[in-house]
Amino acid sequence: MSFTVMLQQLAEGMLRSMGIFFLTLLFSLPLGLFVAFGRMSKNKILQGIVRVYISIMRGTPLMLQLLAVYFGPYYLAGAKLGKNWRFTAIILAFVVNYAAYFAEIYRSGIASMPPGQYEAARLLGYSKSGTFMRIILPQVIKRILPSVTNEVMTLIKDTSLSFSLAYAEMFTIAKQIAAKETSFVPFIAAAAFYYVFNAIVGFIMNRIERSMNYYT
Amino acid sequence: MSLLEMNHIRKSFGSLEVIKDISLKVDEGEILSIIGPSGSGKSTMLRCATMLEKIDAGEIRYMDERIAWADPDGTKHYPKGAELKKVCSYFGLVFQSFNLFPHFSVMKNITDAPIHNQKRNKEEVCEEARKLLAKMGLSDKADAYPCQLSGGQQQRVAIARALALNPKILFFDEPTSALDPELTGEVLKVIKSLADLHIAMVIVTHEMNFAREISDHVMFMDKGVVVVEGSAEEVFTTDNARMKAFFGKLQH
Ligand SMILES: Nc1ncnc2c1ncn2[C@@H]1O[C@H](COP(=O)(O)OP(=O)(O)OP(=O)(O)O)[C@@H](O)[C@H]1O
Ligand SMILES: [Mg+2]
Repeated sequence: MSFTVMLQQLAEGMLRSMGIFFLTLLFSLPLGLFVAFGRMSKNKILQGIVRVYISIMRGTPLMLQLLAVYFGPYYLAGAKLGKNWRFTAIILAFVVNYAAYFAEIYRSGIASMPPGQYEAARLLGYSKSGTFMRIILPQVIKRILPSVTNEVMTLIKDTSLSFSLAYAEMFTIAKQIAAKETSFVPFIAAAAFYYVFNAIVGFIMNRIERSMNYYT
Repeated sequence: MSLLEMNHIRKSFGSLEVIKDISLKVDEGEILSIIGPSGSGKSTMLRCATMLEKIDAGEIRYMDERIAWADPDGTKHYPKGAELKKVCSYFGLVFQSFNLFPHFSVMKNITDAPIHNQKRNKEEVCEEARKLLAKMGLSDKADAYPCQLSGGQQQRVAIARALALNPKILFFDEPTSALDPELTGEVLKVIKSLADLHIAMVIVTHEMNFAREISDHVMFMDKGVVVVEGSAEEVFTTDNARMKAFFGKLQH
């Protein structure tokens, strides 16, 4: 196999990795906010359920969670799911896992806001939702951005865990080529892909952080 | 007509009774100062008046209308929804620690609430905000962010922010105690200038000369009760031993 063919196949894999990456962020970032609300809820039952959910997501390997989501429906209910199930299961597992991590980040950010901000907002006639959307959330975003950047960069690398379901993202392909050609080169190329992707995402996140530096 | 009346207010935190049967009355345009040692319950009184804390007994009236009260059995009645919004529009509070919104410019700190919460016309609100900033001596700071201002400037923005909602009564909780002595004067000057606007004010302060000069009425509180009250002259020349002891400490 020529070097260009290999790169081409890896690039295709990269697109699939990016697909997992973007879809996971698209759903888990907002979902995490709702999970955080549940975790901070005054309703003890809801709070308890969310607490258990978060601790399982953070306390067990993501790879195991991928397998559980993919094979669970079959072993638990005998359900035979279609060809697209593999990809859906991957996104589902990633979203549910990352939402838990984001929820904890949101929660700590929200908890770090001084009560005076809520009190001032209340005195100025902001509703509960107005206080959150206009006063609290923008400041929380600035505070948690470095932690979110960390998670986002971890996610890029975590997409490679999809190999455990034999989904043809970049790492799976690199492994296949490496086995077929008995060569180490595909891994080096894959590493370079991940590295560059990470660098780009890091650059963008850094820009966003800097754009919020107009206040402290 | 009295603007604010607080009758027989009691407030406890756990087993600690902080306000023990205090009553006060503020008429339109009147200036009341509350003085007293640390921990006497002055802030708590303001927080009860502005409904940041709920009273355990007594009643709060604004504009001769009972808006919050606690039944003898402890049931608390507080306004909600539109009623709460209406009541909140009567008063503003200036905090010791300013509590400006750091992500908003000075202008937006002042105009955001009138535009979004009172649904007022944007141009009109901005025009008024500029006038308020001029009154505060901050015309050149409209586009600055709070972190770029001195404490005294931040507090003047906080005062403008409260005034922009056209309250009938403004509460100040030690507006200058987070400030360096050089910056205290400029804030006190601004507060004095508000007396002309005929807004009622309730001021908790440790600035005795200021309180004596500006107040129509002064209340000296200690350990959750009013020890002495009356006109500024009456209170500052009283023979009351606790009040004298308090002044003695301040002099050092
Ligand atoms: N949220 C709270 N929970 C428990 N105790 C409180 C709370 N707020 C105030 N206290 C207590 O109530 C008492 C009165 O407090 P308050 O802040 O009203 O005093 P103050 O007269 O404003 O004092 P200072 O001059 O120091 O501001 C203090 O003993 C304080 O510790
Ligand atoms: Mg106080």
